[in-house]
Amino acid sequence: MKARTPWGPTSPDDTTPVPIDDSPPAAGGVANAASSVVALAIGVAGIGLSLALGVGELSEPGPGLWPLGVSVAIAALAIAQLVVGRWGGDGETFSHASWMAAAGAVTLVAYVALLPVIGFEIPSALLAFVWMRFLGHERSLVAILGSLAIVAGFYVVFVVALGTSIPHLF
Amino acid sequence: MDFQPVLDGFATVFEPINLLYCLIGVVIGMLVGVLPGLGPAATIAILLPLTYGIDSVTAIIMLAGIFYGAQYGGTITSVLLRLPGEASSVVTVFDGYALAKRGRAGTALGIAAIGSFIGGTVSIIGLTFFAPLVAGWALRFGPAEYAALALLGILLVATISNGSKIKAIIAAAVGLLLATVGRDPFTGTERFTFDVLQLADGLDFVPIAMGLFGLGEILYSLEERHRAETIAPAAVADVWPKRADLRRSSGAFARGSVLGFLLGLLPGGGATISSMAGYAVEKKVSKDPSRFGHGAVEGVAGPETANNAAATSSFIPLLTLGIPANATMALMFGALLIQGITPGPQLVDQEPELFWGVINSMCVGNALLLIMSLPLVGLFVRVLRVRAAILAPITALITLVGAYTINNSVFDVGLVVAFGVVGYLMKKFGFEPGPLVLAFVLGALLESSIRRGLLLFDGDPTGFVTRPISGALIALVVIVIALPAIRKVVSRVRSREEVTTR
Repeated sequence: MKARTPWGPTSPDDTTPVPIDDSPPAAGGVANAASSVVALAIGVAGIGLSLALGVGELSEPGPGLWPLGVSVAIAALAIAQLVVGRWGGDGETFSHASWMAAAGAVTLVAYVALLPVIGFEIPSALLAFVWMRFLGHERSLVAILGSLAIVAGFYVVFVVALGTSIPHLF
Repeated sequence: MDFQPVLDGFATVFEPINLLYCLIGVVIGMLVGVLPGLGPAATIAILLPLTYGIDSVTAIIMLAGIFYGAQYGGTITSVLLRLPGEASSVVTVFDGYALAKRGRAGTALGIAAIGSFIGGTVSIIGLTFFAPLVAGWALRFGPAEYAALALLGILLVATISNGSKIKAIIAAAVGLLLATVGRDPFTGTERFTFDVLQLADGLDFVPIAMGLFGLGEILYSLEERHRAETIAPAAVADVWPKRADLRRSSGAFARGSVLGFLLGLLPGGGATISSMAGYAVEKKVSKDPSRFGHGAVEGVAGPETANNAAATSSFIPLLTLGIPANATMALMFGALLIQGITPGPQLVDQEPELFWGVINSMCVGNALLLIMSLPLVGLFVRVLRVRAAILAPITALITLVGAYTINNSVFDVGLVVAFGVVGYLMKKFGFEPGPLVLAFVLGALLESSIRRGLLLFDGDPTGFVTRPISGALIALVVIVIALPAIRKVVSRVRSREEVTTR
């Protein structure tokens, strides 16, 4: 197979500088507004909770004074971002490949849920298998052997050698 | 200057256990640098639980090794694959890859390794003389100065980061807010704990860092891998640079060392900015700037020297002021806190073994890295063949199991996963996780300094401005906030002038 770059095949004597920005398109206005609203919500919630804690006075600051200041800053900046950043071209759009990250996150949550119940061996093997076979497109045999080898390795390091108290079946 | 502690520091480094961990650190750093995806910050975050069991000097020596080792390793993928392993090696791609395509990959790697070694060494010497001076000066700092300094540090890191400045400052402010979770140190009131028992003592730094940097990056790379095509690495031969190349690079080595050292000192500065500045300077002083981008050796030597010099000198603000200059230094700060050591101006006198041990370990580490990058570079190139699909679950599981072992708590593992998802989403929506982590680390210091200051000045906030040092620092804070607006106005006026003169 010929060596390829995302910009097509290159010849060995081609020495023009290559662009290194291959990031996907920016997240766009809707995402920007949505994230600003989330930040605003955090700020507003922070203001409410800080006021409830008691602000005190400048000469004798209460527990809520500092969080109040920070929350006001968050809310103000979120509004600024909402207005100024409307055309802001930051972040990245979600693409088809983003499902990979979502699926990965689901397996992580499942791992945390299963860990205290059935120990780390089976969840680890399952996670490794799913990540290799479905998220990494390795061959099934590689994924099965790989995940078993990984769990065995972890067992040796964390249970046998280091003697940590990670929940384990065997 | 009294050199006895410096020499004692060498005795500390040459203890076999410290030498071993220094070697482990630089090897891990080099590997991490070579493998695109995980950066040094993520790796240090993932490996933080490992440092609980070992001695503080040894732990920091290893973590520091990972950090500057990654600067060496990042070069390899920049040159061979046109994929910068680290952000600080991005500009190395321009001329490094061009050299590789001309069959001179070895020259590029050799020059980069020698430049890195020179930059690192010059910076260590600078560190040795400069750090005690800064620490002595900072001993006079009171709460007002610390509050101003912490604020300046957070703001600089937020505004220098890529992307939207407002978003970066929002992220930093959220970090400050997260730092207030738990019992208020002054009044004992529980804040934002929502009656969750595990939150009463506050959020731990380690799960946040492991989540945002570690798992966040891993999730992101799951997605990214499906976008980027892999390129076969170019062959590497003859890494020993020719005399002509060395002569041509000598100016770049010298300029890069000084530039990197100075930029690394600044809060928000560090390896990435220095490498870009190093490249720009080389292009400017060159007699024939058109060679740049087509395989100019100085285009590799300048930035690679500068990024290593900066990586080393960025330890100065951390070890002398207790103010981390960038996200990776925030992790070092966290690692020191775990060991029960609060970095600050008293560190040089109170923990000379740690201070000089860590600094001097960098000499040894740099020498080890030079050996690994010249004769052994072939080994690390072979690492590039390891498939990301197999590596990803291993790093994810190390993170999860490691998070459990900190406090033997499933709650912590849950926190890591939660912050991992947050970190991924932040990246997608253009919020930098770096300022958040840095602000979280400095949050307690900033709040207590401000409140102590207010008590000291009897509620009069002007007390922060009227003291000379804190006043000057706050003036800097104002400038940092106002600068983008001023620049915008200036450029608008200028463009209007252009229109009228036309």
